[in-house]
Amino acid sequence: MYALLSSIPYWGQTLLRLLGGAVAVLLPAGTIVYLFLFKMMSFMQSRLGPMEAGPYGSMQLFAEVGKWLQKEDLLPERADSFVFKIAPLIVLSSTFLLVAVVPFGPDAWFTNFEAGVFYALAVSSVSVLGILMAGWSSANKYSLLGGLRAAGQLIAYELPMILAVVGVVIQAGSMNLQNIVVAQNAGSIFGWDGLGNPYLLTQFVGFIIFMIAVQAELTQTPFDMPIAESELVSGYMTEYSGFRFLMFFIGEFATAGVFAFIASVLFLGGWGVPFSWFGWAGINDVDNWMNIGGPLIMLTKMLGLVFIIMWVRFSYPRFREDQLQRFAWKVLIPVSLVNIMATSVLKVAF
Amino acid sequence: MTMIGDRQQLAYIASQAADARVNVELETEGMTLNIGPQHPATHGTLRIIARLDGEQVLWAEPSCGYMHRGYEKLTEVRTFPQVTALVNRIDWLGSFANEVPFILAAEQLMEIEAPPRAQWIRTILFELSRIANVSLFLGDLGVQLGAITPVFFAFRDREYVLNLIEGATGGRFHPNFDRIGGLKDDLPAGWIDETRAVMKKMRKFCDEIENLLFGNEIFESRTRGIGVIPRDVALQYGMSGANLRASGVDWDLRRDQSLPMAWDKVDWKVWTHNDGDSYARCWVRLQETRESTLIVERLLDTLPSGPVMTKVPRIIKVPEGEAWVSTENPLGEMGYYVVSKGDLGPFRVKIRSASFNNISIVPWLLKGVYVPDIITILASLYFILGDIDR
Repeated sequence: MYALLSSIPYWGQTLLRLLGGAVAVLLPAGTIVYLFLFKMMSFMQSRLGPMEAGPYGSMQLFAEVGKWLQKEDLLPERADSFVFKIAPLIVLSSTFLLVAVVPFGPDAWFTNFEAGVFYALAVSSVSVLGILMAGWSSANKYSLLGGLRAAGQLIAYELPMILAVVGVVIQAGSMNLQNIVVAQNAGSIFGWDGLGNPYLLTQFVGFIIFMIAVQAELTQTPFDMPIAESELVSGYMTEYSGFRFLMFFIGEFATAGVFAFIASVLFLGGWGVPFSWFGWAGINDVDNWMNIGGPLIMLTKMLGLVFIIMWVRFSYPRFREDQLQRFAWKVLIPVSLVNIMATSVLKVAF
Repeated sequence: MTMIGDRQQLAYIASQAADARVNVELETEGMTLNIGPQHPATHGTLRIIARLDGEQVLWAEPSCGYMHRGYEKLTEVRTFPQVTALVNRIDWLGSFANEVPFILAAEQLMEIEAPPRAQWIRTILFELSRIANVSLFLGDLGVQLGAITPVFFAFRDREYVLNLIEGATGGRFHPNFDRIGGLKDDLPAGWIDETRAVMKKMRKFCDEIENLLFGNEIFESRTRGIGVIPRDVALQYGMSGANLRASGVDWDLRRDQSLPMAWDKVDWKVWTHNDGDSYARCWVRLQETRESTLIVERLLDTLPSGPVMTKVPRIIKVPEGEAWVSTENPLGEMGYYVVSKGDLGPFRVKIRSASFNNISIVPWLLKGVYVPDIITILASLYFILGDIDR
């Protein structure tokens, strides 16, 4: 397989990896997150949710996609048509690029390189560009307000997210996501290796900050000021219809899934259950069947995290823009800086 | 006086001109934002014209009339019994409450009074329509602030109240149940027990909303200190209802005037709050919903027996005269000034609806707030578009 891969040129490999990520991870993840979310939301709100399309509404996503594909691809008269048209693609490409570095098993990854954490954080902020472009080019005041709010918010919450991850990187001693998984599963807590050492336990401050920042990056409810359907109609998405709206819409759920994947890699031990349970000492001892089992374990952890993200989304009202910025700069960033300091001191001490 | 040389003067003029150019270049234009008439937050066709500087409102003005249906004129071509079918569409969420003041005004002109049982049932239905109305407000409040779950709870539990209203009157939204001289029918069998059970459920719903929304830090930070209406301003703008009581004015028409209704026959409390901000307005409404469930239960305990209709002529002709009756409706004071010339129908009816006066404070209140606060302030003022435009 590796021989086959190395026989095609580099750009071809890259394309294959991204396509593989999109087909093998994003589509199932988006679908599952979407269905899980719809049913969960409905039960929380004492209703049944989709019931008509397929058994218990399990085909609802296909019905929705079919509906959106039939709609006219509207373009506002005074919109900047080129920018308007590619904006959703850029938002979606951020998600596509993000999934490429997530490891799903000892060998089940699309790409595995040393600066994985750095890359993930970098491409996750590409979506800001797309949102700003969508808001600016729509020639709509609500879109403009939404786009500017989104840009301010995403940039503000990028920082605590990065700072929260720094603690994990210090503790693992690596920026490679695969190595972070190994460090968690092969590690031990004060010599007891029953659980491995998921960084959720040692980096719980970082985990909480990371999840809050993810919530803001996804513009989910306490931080959904950019969309704010009760004031800005739909924010930067107001003028979109048809399959371009679908891209934003599916992108939202797929990105929620991908961020949950990354959070489970960084804090919950990724694809592994503690290696020592199975008598494995390191990644080279891990059996091959973990390439099948790993993705399932990841999926479970991802659904757990998505549940938390959506739970918060459905029960909280939203912040105001200035309160949201104040929260990022005055609370999250100082706390995460203290967290980094404490982590590095403890790292040196032990 | 210092002497300025030509060169100095020229240099001064040049620097002033340069400053002016920079100022013109850096000057940012304000933006006029039309919120509505089609907008998800106005739940109807209210248009608010807001002049913005960034996200701050420089001035704002509500522009109403998009849903004007001309009720005052329409009443002139209808007979007195027909008017109730019309006016219960004014505030469509608490429709039975709209019928009562008109009927009371007509009864006052005819110098008749409904029998005690009819008065009790009227009051009970009046309070039920208040609960149905305000419970929707409590759910809708969450939506305006971005929390989508409360509204489903509100719709779920409001359904029980609507079922009660339908059970008694036959109409969910527009009962048209009130008659001059009494009511159309007596209560159906089993209605009283069911009402007691539903009132318990509604109190539980109020607890749920209180836990879900009012205890939430984000909700508090979005509503406390936002949209403060001081006591004297509230009085100047002629506000009424919970909006006035939230500004610390202890004024409730149910208690403060004597009408042939049953409110003065039971004990209950008028809730006020001294802050006058959005939170206070929402809180007062929540407490009033609870209080209404208690009023209904206490009225059911003391429900007298007897007929629900007095003797009225088959063809109702209201004698010549003028009457003004207003009641404390879910949205505030609602009154009818009825002028009769002794015909089958009224000669002229002036409708005083609460929402129209309540939103007249909007230009004063929205000055200097941020765009997201427009929505919370409007939500906390609580208006129904039909009640504004009539």
